[in-house]
Amino acid sequence: MSLKLTDIVKRFKTDTVLDGVSLEVADDETLVLFGPSGAGKTVLLRLIAGVFDPDEGTIVIDGYDMAGVEPEDRGIGMAFQNFALFPHMDAHANIAAPLTARRDTTTAIKTRVEEVAKLLKIDHVLDHKPKELSNGQKQRTALGRALAGEPSILLLDDPLRNVDAKLRFEMRLELPRLLREQRTTVIYVTQDYKEAMALGDRIAVLDHHGISQVGTPEEIYLTPRTTNIARLFGDPAINLLDVTPERGESGVHALLSGAQVPLDPGYSGLIGRDCILGVRPEAISFVDADAPGAFEVEIEAETPLNEKTVTLAATRRHREILISRPGGTPGPDHGTAHVAIDTGAVLLFDRATGARLERQPAQQVSQGESA
Amino acid sequence: MRHTSTFERVLRGTAITLVILFFMFPIFWIFLMSFQTNETILRVPPSVVFQPTFSNYAALITGKLETAAGSLEINFMRNLWNSLFLSTASVAVGLLLGIPAAYAFGRLKFRGSEDIAFTLLSFRFAPPLLVLLPLTIYFQKLGLADTYFGLIWVYQLIVLPLILWIVRGYFEDIPADIEYAYRIAGHSWFATFRKVALPLAGPGIAAAGLLAFIFAWNNFIFALVLASADKQPVTVGALAFVTASGIQYGQVAAGIVLSILPTFALALYAQRYLVEGLSLGAVKG
Repeated sequence: MSLKLTDIVKRFKTDTVLDGVSLEVADDETLVLFGPSGAGKTVLLRLIAGVFDPDEGTIVIDGYDMAGVEPEDRGIGMAFQNFALFPHMDAHANIAAPLTARRDTTTAIKTRVEEVAKLLKIDHVLDHKPKELSNGQKQRTALGRALAGEPSILLLDDPLRNVDAKLRFEMRLELPRLLREQRTTVIYVTQDYKEAMALGDRIAVLDHHGISQVGTPEEIYLTPRTTNIARLFGDPAINLLDVTPERGESGVHALLSGAQVPLDPGYSGLIGRDCILGVRPEAISFVDADAPGAFEVEIEAETPLNEKTVTLAATRRHREILISRPGGTPGPDHGTAHVAIDTGAVLLFDRATGARLERQPAQQVSQGESA
Repeated sequence: MRHTSTFERVLRGTAITLVILFFMFPIFWIFLMSFQTNETILRVPPSVVFQPTFSNYAALITGKLETAAGSLEINFMRNLWNSLFLSTASVAVGLLLGIPAAYAFGRLKFRGSEDIAFTLLSFRFAPPLLVLLPLTIYFQKLGLADTYFGLIWVYQLIVLPLILWIVRGYFEDIPADIEYAYRIAGHSWFATFRKVALPLAGPGIAAAGLLAFIFAWNNFIFALVLASADKQPVTVGALAFVTASGIQYGQVAAGIVLSILPTFALALYAQRYLVEGLSLGAVKG
């Protein structure tokens, strides 16, 4: 079912946690709510679930205003970050909670619980109490409880936060299939950008009490709206360097290590403006000294990470940059080297506000120059 | 691991023995006394060697007290029953009123909730004598004096604050998320209270109930002033052993043994709940 939030404001005493959050989630869509801790993601989920009431704004589920509607009447399933399993009930009873509320028959409940448990591979521990379950089993039980009632909206509050790395990796692969099979609207909260990229049809970035960008994973990754968002996505993190675009013989360029690094002609409108150049580590590659756009760096350290190798290097002015290349490919690991930047991947941000600056379409620029 | 010397162990053993002696000896001595006649109790020097007699218990159970001045009617079994009834009924009423109130104070933060909760606790600060005189007058006017109903009402001064404050702490220790999860699953708040909050606070409720029972059982002053002979509990009834011809130590001792038996048995039975409740390991999911 669709969900629409309009101008949500939530305060705790004098502390404003959410300030004017608006968001729309389509039917059957998986929206990832991504943001650093303390951004208010959990609070937003709880407002949707109805355990908190917003101070201002409206929550509309499937066309119905949820003001005054109790949590039990909203048709929502939710998995909590800390699992919040009922410690006095076994896994079966935990998963059955949404079904007992509807007064299903005992056999119907049993069938459904076993079906969900099988799907989540916990059917062998259904008679265990939460404290006898491993962390991974607890997490699956919590997920099973959220799924069992076939809710129209599924809220998942960082469900992989408290499980070990191996299980997190497995679940990251498994969850998209699982969520697709449920054919339900999902809001998934996470602080892990990889999870966000892997699971979301769209990602909403919640930062500074509001939504700072909503878009597909590609949009967020390739065209982040601010340096802040750019920094949150990607590991190793994006390189952000202060530059001032200049006009050269061959169009626009920026100076790095004293060398002219060409920029997209679409950026010619930004000449002379104080900018931040953003470039992902994988868009920088080692080249020969005479290659076009090459500039010199001093290599400081190298970290092999199997699938990729990350090199930390410094420009002549000791500005550090990260360079990532696929694992197994040769590259210098000490001394001086030359690198070049993929011009198409360069982003420019305003230095004062951190907002990304758009490229002008090429013909407009040429018109401007001819005028 | 820390090394414990023999000296330390001996010292610790001695200290523990002393503490146990200090607390257990009076009970032990009373127990012995209850099987003796006044003559053997009062002999100098006292001795643990004596011919045990059941006459004290027999006197209590039959209600005939033989003294030097003749036979005296006492109603000890009636007192015992009164104690049992008053304490049980008071704790039952206290739990019925106190648990929902504790839940409200623990979960819902409403205007003045702290003040109300504190006022209820402050009933325990005031010495009972302070309220007894006006209370007696009210009760006589209202016709509540010397009724079980009135006594149980007054006993709420003892049990209600105790239950309220202990149980409230247990409710507050239950993570709110667990209750939210149950409600989001589709259950009403009342079902959540019954199926999640109550079972999880169970050990705390047991502990509070037990403590309240002991406090109610041991109460003396309210019953002394507000109840006449046929409604008096054992604490007041034991006064009957102080007769014109002397104090019947043997019967006092037997009375004490009988009157601590119910609380003793209850405490032994509820001990595991108490320990469970105090460690509270069950709530952390």
